[in-house]
Order: sequence, then structure tokens, then C-alpha cells
Amino acid sequence: MYLDNDDERVLAGEFGETRQKMMEILVALGEVYGAGKLIPITGAQVSGASYKTIGRWGLAWLQSLNARVVVPTVLNPIGMPREGWQDFGIDEEFARHQAEVVEAYRRLGVRLECTCTPYYLRITEYGEHLAWSESSAVVYANSVLGARTNREGGPSALAAAIIGKTPYYGLHIVENRRPQVVIDIEGDTGPHAGHWGAIGHIAGKKVGNRIPIFQGIRPNRDQLKALGAAMAATGAVALFHVDGITPEARVFSFPTDGLDRVTVTEDEIEALFEDTGVEAVAVGCPHCSADELREVAELLRGKTTTKPFYVFTAAWIAKNNLDLVSVIERSGARVITDTCMVVSPRMDEFRSIMVDSGKAFAYVPGMCGAIARIGTRAECVEAATS
Amino acid sequence: MQGRGISRGRGTGELLVSPEPISFLSGVDPETGVVVEHDHPLEGQSVTGKVLVFPYGKGSTVGSYVIYALKQNGVAPAAIINQEAEPIIAVGAIIAGIPMVDRLPPEFYKLSPGRKVTVNGDTGEVCLDGETG
Repeated sequence: MYLDNDDERVLAGEFGETRQKMMEILVALGEVYGAGKLIPITGAQVSGASYKTIGRWGLAWLQSLNARVVVPTVLNPIGMPREGWQDFGIDEEFARHQAEVVEAYRRLGVRLECTCTPYYLRITEYGEHLAWSESSAVVYANSVLGARTNREGGPSALAAAIIGKTPYYGLHIVENRRPQVVIDIEGDTGPHAGHWGAIGHIAGKKVGNRIPIFQGIRPNRDQLKALGAAMAATGAVALFHVDGITPEARVFSFPTDGLDRVTVTEDEIEALFEDTGVEAVAVGCPHCSADELREVAELLRGKTTTKPFYVFTAAWIAKNNLDLVSVIERSGARVITDTCMVVSPRMDEFRSIMVDSGKAFAYVPGMCGAIARIGTRAECVEAATS
Repeated sequence: MQGRGISRGRGTGELLVSPEPISFLSGVDPETGVVVEHDHPLEGQSVTGKVLVFPYGKGSTVGSYVIYALKQNGVAPAAIINQEAEPIIAVGAIIAGIPMVDRLPPEFYKLSPGRKVTVNGDTGEVCLDGETG
């Protein structure tokens, strides 16, 4: 792989041990994936932020580093809200370790925004090269925004953030972004994010790691978010196209003759929507947009919850929509920031959780040890208030 | 024998060979270096001080931190050899400072387990003990 003089000096250790290690990571990944060079990135999002996932050895490694990021960098959700974790039922020992992880990232110059939706914090442009980690953020950046990122691991995203570059391979290269399989959806797609999550849940299993293109549907951005997040969870989808809707499908014409076709049937979608009792309800996987927060607030207005109902979003979105937060919390529901239902130990105590997300539906059983039920946002509110 | 250097440094030890991939997260005990994955060909064996040979990594990316933990606890392998490196093991070896090489020629895999070798992660070379390189 080609390295310029500055990169070579970093690799030789002239700029300290941490930068040397980070360059070694980028060079090794470049070798593994056959990259010819490094390219500059405009931003990074680092996973491995919850103490629940990285544990004490991940923390020890972060604490051993001594450098600062050189591009705007944010974190994936952590294991608790940074403020008010006591009210969220987090034990003190976990909170102490989680605070140490956050402090380690702060020392590295990472902006302490902990979200899987970094695209709401900073405008991300078509064609930007990024090093993002969280699977739903990656698929959104690539598909909905037309930015370019591979699905990075925590250390490789951090390495890219500290060096300001990433190896040029995979989805950074335009030729590698063409659709490989066509998905047909049977029947009415419906207006609900829960429905799009269910479609994505099924589609992801069918396409695996291929790049799909959908035809004949017109989802909005929040629906695209739900669709992509679910496909990234059940498949390894990091990019999808929707004919006439997503940016690259409008810039390029993608011939689909000769591609494999798979169908998501109405029966398959209906089969996911089981009507069973649940102990708690959680929405906001990925974190709610302002529009989604508004929808939840309108659904909850004047009602009272009868079981725990958590709404997850980025701290920045909550702070800018305090009116919606207050409507939601007046019902007894809680708006929780910085964390999510998958990475927080808080959700482990429930035996069954209802979600409006195909992604959460895939992860809740393994990560929280709970039975998951999927429904539309309205059905989630119904379940929490009946 | 010439392979591809993935993680720098030199390590010498006896070959410990797994025909199956290894998941470090939940597959190897970070405190003792013993393989604990149920029904794994190396179950019950220690990777400590060995030149650990396996096809490639599998499982969670958190496995990289387990490799780091093995090194911090003084129970890491002396070196790692993969058929084909992938990010979990490559990143783990680099952050832990464990020499790692991949893509060795087929004759390497005819060596008997227990044979002592030296792995040079800078050059990608693997030498039988007693030879120079």
C-alpha cells in the first residue's frame, strides 16, 4: 500500500507510540482488504463506547492511548444516560466504569455525543468519506446520504479519527457500490416505521452481505432509516439503493437485468407481528429523529402509561425539542439519551420488550435476554398505555 | 518461509495448531490463556507462549480486546499465524503488540505441532528454530 512521507514518519514512530499503533492498524487493514492507499476522511463515529460491550480490557486499552483525533468524531451509544443515570436504574459500579470509558474518549478529543444517528448532529454531504462504526449509521450514511464508509470496528474507526485517513477499499470506491440483488416487496408497504423495520428484518436475512436495490417503493428518510437498520442487523448490509429515491440511484442508472431477485412476501411480514403481552416498551432504535419524537409525543398526548415505556434519542435532539420531551414524560414515559435498549444493562431486567424497530427486534433477544415483539409506533403506545 | 507481515515484532515458540477458526470473545479465557470454547479442537489447552496457528478469526469484534487482555495478563501467545488475516485478529494483535503473519506457503502446514519456530512480523518470515532469518 502506498504511504506518503508523513504517513511513513507516523509509522516509524516519529509522532509517538499511539499514532504509530493507529497507523499500523490502518496499514494492516489496508493489506487485508487490498487497499492501494489511504484517503482523508471528514468525520468518524467510534463504537466500543458501552462498558457493557468492551469491558475492562477495552477500557484499559483506551486509557493507554495518548493522542487526539484530527477530524470531528462522535461516539456510539454508551451504557447509560450521562446525566440522570441514577433514575435509570444503573448500578454505581457500572456507572463508574462507564464514566471512565467516556473520560478516556474525552481525553482523545472525541466529542461526547453518544448516538447511532450522528447524521442529525452535523450535515453529512454526498460523496464524503467517513469512518463510521455503528451498523445502522453506516447503512444510513451510505444509502440515504450518499456518503462513503465501510463498517468500521471500534479500534479501526478510532485509528482513522486519530490519523484522519482510512484505507481506500470497499464502499469508498464507487465501482463497489453497484446493486447486486433486486428486492420486490409484495403488497402494501404501509406507512409505519415498524412495518419498514419488519421488511428490513426479512430482507436482510435474504440478501446477506450483498447490496440490494428496491424498486417501486417511496419511503421517506425515517422509513429508510428503519429499513436499513434492520437489514444491517439481520444481514451484513452496509449499503442499499431505492430506485428513484436514494441519491446514488438518482445519480447513476443501475441496470438490474440479470441480477438475482428476492421477494419479501406479505405472509412473511405479517408473521413477525405477533400479538403477545410484554413487560416494557422501547422505541428509538436507531435513535429517534425530531419528527419521530413528535410522532411519539402526539400518540402519547393526554394518555398515561401503564408499563415502562422508553424513548431513546440523542442528547442533542432531546435538548432541541424540550416541548416534545415534556409531552412524552407527562404520560409517564421516559426520554433517555446517550444510550439505547441494546447496549444498556438497564433493559436486561425485562423478560419481554415491545419495539417498533426491526433492528431491535433482531438484537433484543441476544443482548437483553428478553423476548422481543415488534409493532408499529402506534401499537407500541397502545401496548404501553392499555 | 515467507508470508505477509500483519503485526510487527518477533516471537518464538512451539506451534499450537487449530484446524478451526478461533473466537477470542468467550472462546479464550483472558485471565489464563486457556481455550474454553466448548468442543473446540484446542479446548483446555493454553495458548500462552505458543505460536498459535489457526485459519482466521470469527465472532465478535470485542475479541480484539481479549487478545489485548491476554498480553496484559502475561498469558498471550508468542505469535499468531493465520491463513488469511481478518480485522478482529489483526487489530487485536497490533494493539496487544503480538507479532502476526498470514499467507504462508502450503509446506508450512506440514510442520508438526510442537515444532519451535520464530515469527518475524516485520518481514513476514517464519523460521524453524536454529535457522537464521
